[in-house]
Amino acid sequence: MTQSSIMPGFRPALAFTLGYLTLIVLIPLSSLLFTSLQLDWNEYLDIMIDRRVLAAFRISFLTSLAASVIAGLFGFVIAWVMVRYPFAGKRVLDALIDLPFALPTAVAGVVLATIYQPGGIVGKWLIDNFGLQVAYTPLGIVVALIFIGIPFVVRTIEPVLQEFDTTMEEAAACLGASRLQVFAKIILPNLFPAVLTGVSLAFARGIGEYGSVIFIAGNLPYVSEIAPLLIVIKLEQYQYAGATSIAFSMLIVSFLLLLGLNLLQRRLRKRSGQI
Amino acid sequence: MSIRLIDISKNFGQFAALHNINLDIPAGELVALLGPSGCGKTTLLRIIAGLETPDQGRVLLKDEDITGQHASRRGIGFVFQHYALFRHMTVFDNIAFGLRVKPRRERPAETEITKKAHALLELVQLDWLADRFPDQLSGGQRQRIALARALAVAPEVLLLDEPFGALDASVRKDLRLWLRNLHQELNVTSIFVTHDQEEAMEVASQVVVLNQGRIEQQGSPDAIYDNPVNAFVSKFIGQTNILHVEQNDAAWLKSAGLVFENPQGIYAHVRPHDIDIEKMSATSASPLILKDWQHLGSSIRIELVNPQLEGSGGSLYAEMSNRRFKQLNLNRGDRVAAHIRQAHWFD
Repeated sequence: MTQSSIMPGFRPALAFTLGYLTLIVLIPLSSLLFTSLQLDWNEYLDIMIDRRVLAAFRISFLTSLAASVIAGLFGFVIAWVMVRYPFAGKRVLDALIDLPFALPTAVAGVVLATIYQPGGIVGKWLIDNFGLQVAYTPLGIVVALIFIGIPFVVRTIEPVLQEFDTTMEEAAACLGASRLQVFAKIILPNLFPAVLTGVSLAFARGIGEYGSVIFIAGNLPYVSEIAPLLIVIKLEQYQYAGATSIAFSMLIVSFLLLLGLNLLQRRLRKRSGQI
Repeated sequence: MSIRLIDISKNFGQFAALHNINLDIPAGELVALLGPSGCGKTTLLRIIAGLETPDQGRVLLKDEDITGQHASRRGIGFVFQHYALFRHMTVFDNIAFGLRVKPRRERPAETEITKKAHALLELVQLDWLADRFPDQLSGGQRQRIALARALAVAPEVLLLDEPFGALDASVRKDLRLWLRNLHQELNVTSIFVTHDQEEAMEVASQVVVLNQGRIEQQGSPDAIYDNPVNAFVSKFIGQTNILHVEQNDAAWLKSAGLVFENPQGIYAHVRPHDIDIEKMSATSASPLILKDWQHLGSSIRIELVNPQLEGSGGSLYAEMSNRRFKQLNLNRGDRVAAHIRQAHWFD
């Protein structure tokens, strides 16, 4: 039995969506699966439990996680300032935020590497004052990924903050809440799902990021070599099965992490009555 | 607790929202701030609450100057036009919020908070909604929850911004009576903002009429209705016929019973229910014709025209009870005479 829906066009829309997903996403990804299936289970495990591969995975996921959390904090503050305060030069700053989207990532990588290297402007200052070396360490990877991740956070929080009903804050103040209580109990719970979306986008982007990282990372195996670089190295050595195995494993882990973040976000929204 | 406003002014850029407002509100009153939109009534309410700072003037709460005090320290409850319920909290948590944010030494125990929140939910007759989220409630329910939330911290003054503005007509009627009864029960000094004169007259014990940032008149609903001090108040409070004595044919107005011996202005404002109608024969000298009538429930509004005069100057509205209307046995096109019992004169 078919039930007629009020909204017309369900079938063509679904057909288009599935067709698009198949062509653009599923076919390339399944070819990845088939290539790695040329290996049997033991060969696949041999590639994956290689110490260098495991180290690259750990570095990739941990630096992405750290960078997305920090980008979440910075992005929140930037979005807050952009929405809540009028100031001169706001339009220019607004355009600047999107720049990491448009800039070729390699350019960003080269620039970051230049200023953070031990002889660079910022790098020298950090070493002289704090003894902190950023370039050619995992810290450098985190810096590059924050740079890449911030616009994702800012652009997801901004519209939610703009829509935010400020009379809720006034109502809380009239009930005796301090500014800190208003922020913690009214603003943050309402914005948190958006912050989480921004952080997961930055995280997803960070895992796959290649261009901006390889220049600042130094790419020392076991120390600052990221998984995407390892894939490129294997490709250059004509180890296609090895490269696709790593790629496929990254895909599975990323998918599971993003799925988890989405479910968490859904639960948060449900608990706060937003859906 | 009594409120005194001294010489309050407020500008938004070039726009002067309030000019030198002086107002005394005695303790325990239920006051309506009445005026057309943009007259500054909401701004005045927000200044009392501390959500807006006046450019000039002082706000006194029981003779204590609170002009510079933050809204959270004033102890004034505020009910917003669009409720402003915390949408991420249940109804219960919304009501408990004011108690939970109190400093630790003043904060009641959680069991005490639960008891108080349920008592308030019972007061607004919505105890069964405690676990719902605001988005799942109807407008009238949200309004009552917003009121319960404001009452939870036992405010000394309660301010309501267009409390019934966003509700449909029948719910609005119920809530008006309910608010009036609630005020009699709690006796907390309350001010509400409205643009609906009927609402102001029905609910308030004192009405303050505002226009373009100034107070036009303050008084009991009776005083304002029966003795409006100027043309604006007369026009704004209820229906009125405005007769321009110099323009109209003074003779028919005189025959209609308008007293000319002591005119205090050139405009006569006549309430529709101050006009009595008499049926005349078709050959009578009266120039008035009954054009149409409308049912207003318990009364009938009758539209009279003077075909010899063109434009709006030639029409007159009268109101009478259904019973009287049936007694007169009037039909469209009948020639009638009008007797004006009372008029207010303005320049």
